[in-house]
Amino acid sequence: MSDSAKSHHLNPHGKGDKTHASDFSYVGIDAILEQMRRKAMKQGFELNIMVVGQSGLGKSTLMNTLFKSKVSRKSVLPDPEERIPKTIEIKSISHDIEEKGVRMKLTVIDTPGFGDQINNENCWQPIMKFINDQYEAYLQEEININRKKRIPDSRVHCCIYFIPPTGHCLRPLDLEFMRRLSKVVNIVPVIAKADTLTLEERDHFKQTIREELRANGIDVYPQKEFDEDSDDRMINDKIREMIPFAVVGSDQEYQVNGKRILGRKTKWGTIEVENIGHCEFAYLRDLLIRTHMQNIKDITGSIHYETYRVRRLNESNILFTAHPPEHPTPGTKQSQTYNLFTCTNPHCGDWEEDLNSNF
Amino acid sequence: FIKNFIDHYSGEGARAVPLAGHVGFDSMPDQLVNKSVNHGFCFNILCVGETGLGKSTLMDTLFNTKFEGEPTQHNQPGVTLKSNTYELQESNVRLKLTVVNTVGFGDQINKEDSYKSIVEFIDAQFEAYLQEELKIKRTLHSYHDTRIHACLYFIAPTGHSLKSLDLVTMKKLDSKVNIIPIVAKSDAISKSELAKFKIKITSELVSNGVQIYQFPTDDESVAEINSTMNSHLPFAVVGSTEEVKIGNKMVKARQYPWGTVQVENENHCDFVKLREMLIRVNMEDLREQTHTRHYELYRRCKLEEMGFKDTDPDSKPFSLQETYEAKRNEFMGELQKKEEEMRQMFVQRVKEKEAELKEAEKELHEKFDRLKKLHQDEKKKLEEKKKSLDDELNTFKQKKMAAELLLTQAQQAGGSTTLKRDKERKK
Repeated sequence: MSDSAKSHHLNPHGKGDKTHASDFSYVGIDAILEQMRRKAMKQGFELNIMVVGQSGLGKSTLMNTLFKSKVSRKSVLPDPEERIPKTIEIKSISHDIEEKGVRMKLTVIDTPGFGDQINNENCWQPIMKFINDQYEAYLQEEININRKKRIPDSRVHCCIYFIPPTGHCLRPLDLEFMRRLSKVVNIVPVIAKADTLTLEERDHFKQTIREELRANGIDVYPQKEFDEDSDDRMINDKIREMIPFAVVGSDQEYQVNGKRILGRKTKWGTIEVENIGHCEFAYLRDLLIRTHMQNIKDITGSIHYETYRVRRLNESNILFTAHPPEHPTPGTKQSQTYNLFTCTNPHCGDWEEDLNSNF
Repeated sequence: FIKNFIDHYSGEGARAVPLAGHVGFDSMPDQLVNKSVNHGFCFNILCVGETGLGKSTLMDTLFNTKFEGEPTQHNQPGVTLKSNTYELQESNVRLKLTVVNTVGFGDQINKEDSYKSIVEFIDAQFEAYLQEELKIKRTLHSYHDTRIHACLYFIAPTGHSLKSLDLVTMKKLDSKVNIIPIVAKSDAISKSELAKFKIKITSELVSNGVQIYQFPTDDESVAEINSTMNSHLPFAVVGSTEEVKIGNKMVKARQYPWGTVQVENENHCDFVKLREMLIRVNMEDLREQTHTRHYELYRRCKLEEMGFKDTDPDSKPFSLQETYEAKRNEFMGELQKKEEEMRQMFVQRVKEKEAELKEAEKELHEKFDRLKKLHQDEKKKLEEKKKSLDDELNTFKQKKMAAELLLTQAQQAGGSTTLKRDKERKK
């Protein structure tokens, strides 16, 4: 059907604007970037972040700090008793935020009760179920005959896992949770309340954590196998050397050196949240929001969701194959691609031909 | 629980909160654009029009490149579609451009079926995308999208009205692709004739219910220019890749003895308008309309044709799957039935042939028997003849012996002369 693509360079320089009647060698293909930007601004963006960790690790505060507004569950549904729920609950709150004309629908999904019981077996299950339920909802919308113009995206893009600042190593709960969930969602582990660790303790802790993750085959974001090219790998390697980020959250402002900054005031000093000499909050914020947000969403959509979809479509139907087996063996799951619209028996045509030619 | 969740997401639960400082997600559009730049873009244009209307030249002019190809002959037996893909680059934007040409359109004596190959081609691209989308293991991210984003319909510059071929073709295409009608080789029409021609064309399109692509007017930044341009449709274009010196500049133009038509002069033709609309302002919208409107329509029709229905809000199961399963079982059942039929027919034919052969065999046997009998009869006759011949011979021998005996006796009795005479007589 089409010949092989030929390369043409139209105008290696000269980005140009719309008024360039004299520059006749400029076609204007790069104007598509502006068109895309306009479309994106008009549509707005969606982001769904889940926070997981024991109570008291500062999850709600960190969310408020990240988005510089009261987006956490506690700010929206204040709980006067501060009780710890008996089972894990999944609570999600959505917010419309806007910055410089860019509108975003942010959903923060909180998991109070995680890791707080005496027996925490299977405490990841409700969370796994929730994540898979979102994939399921999206899949159902996608396979509709009459589809919406824009399918609402409720899939969890990123799960921030809070590690308590023990300074020693990861607990079995941490390992178990991250091992299971790193397969279905992007996990960003952070060391919570890092102001209780000195810099040396912090570095040692981080190294231990990295080694343990590696030893257990847990691939947290940014996953090594999803690096697209060498540029990506370079950037992501640098990030991988720094995770987990040691963070401190705060939504209170203090006066330091004549400026008002977010921080935690103690008797021995004020910890500045956005000072990278004090904690790594800024790195986390940059990763999540300013540089890798689109990438996080892409990996959720094109890898985690697709994995779920493949599994779901395969398990529902053994017969979902392109060629019906001659002697079907019960129980085999074939995950070949299937073709909905073409004749699937390869023999039909041959027989007809034989019949007609011999008689 | 999921239902509640989806409600949440339709905007009912979201509250607007003010930000106390700079968060940084205003970089999202940049992140999105960067990703697209790394990935590259693709754009597919279909040029429909009679041979010789300047389709290839216009493409060359629009994209400032000499695409390959020779002018086609006029003796094609039917309409075929030829597509070529080119990789263009401008600053940091890489575009995979596919130009599809209708070869032989309008050249046949009977043009009733001309539109069919075009419709089939467009549908085939939708089909390919649909199949990829329905695969279990799919790679939509790296899929080369071949769906037609824009169809430039070239109208011959007669100055009167649209040809019936044009109306029929455009009517068949308007629900499948974004149609942008253009008046080709418009330097053949004078300005006043052109204005009348455009009005006539527009009114004919409207009265025949042909939906051409409207440049979008919902985004304020481009609403004004788009709505102005909408009123200039169809664009009257002139294409040229030759350059002529006007004043102290080299411009793309066509030189005639009576003057020079400058391609990029808006007083001379609408080429600049076309380029502006097609490429610089609405390329993304053309792609989006193709995906969200034309492709969805195709998909919906195709799936409904197969018998799929949507679940109603109350039922839970994976309905597409179940319907597919049911359809598939039905299909397999039919297939088996067909197999059975074929098998029976095969057996039947074998029997018939066998019977035929048996008949033939019998005939042969009979023939053989007849021949054999004939042969035997012959043989008998011959033997009888032989026998009678032998008998004659024997009789003759006997007579001969008797005669000889008599002769010997006669010789012994008397004179030899009488014997001789008798012998001679006997002989």
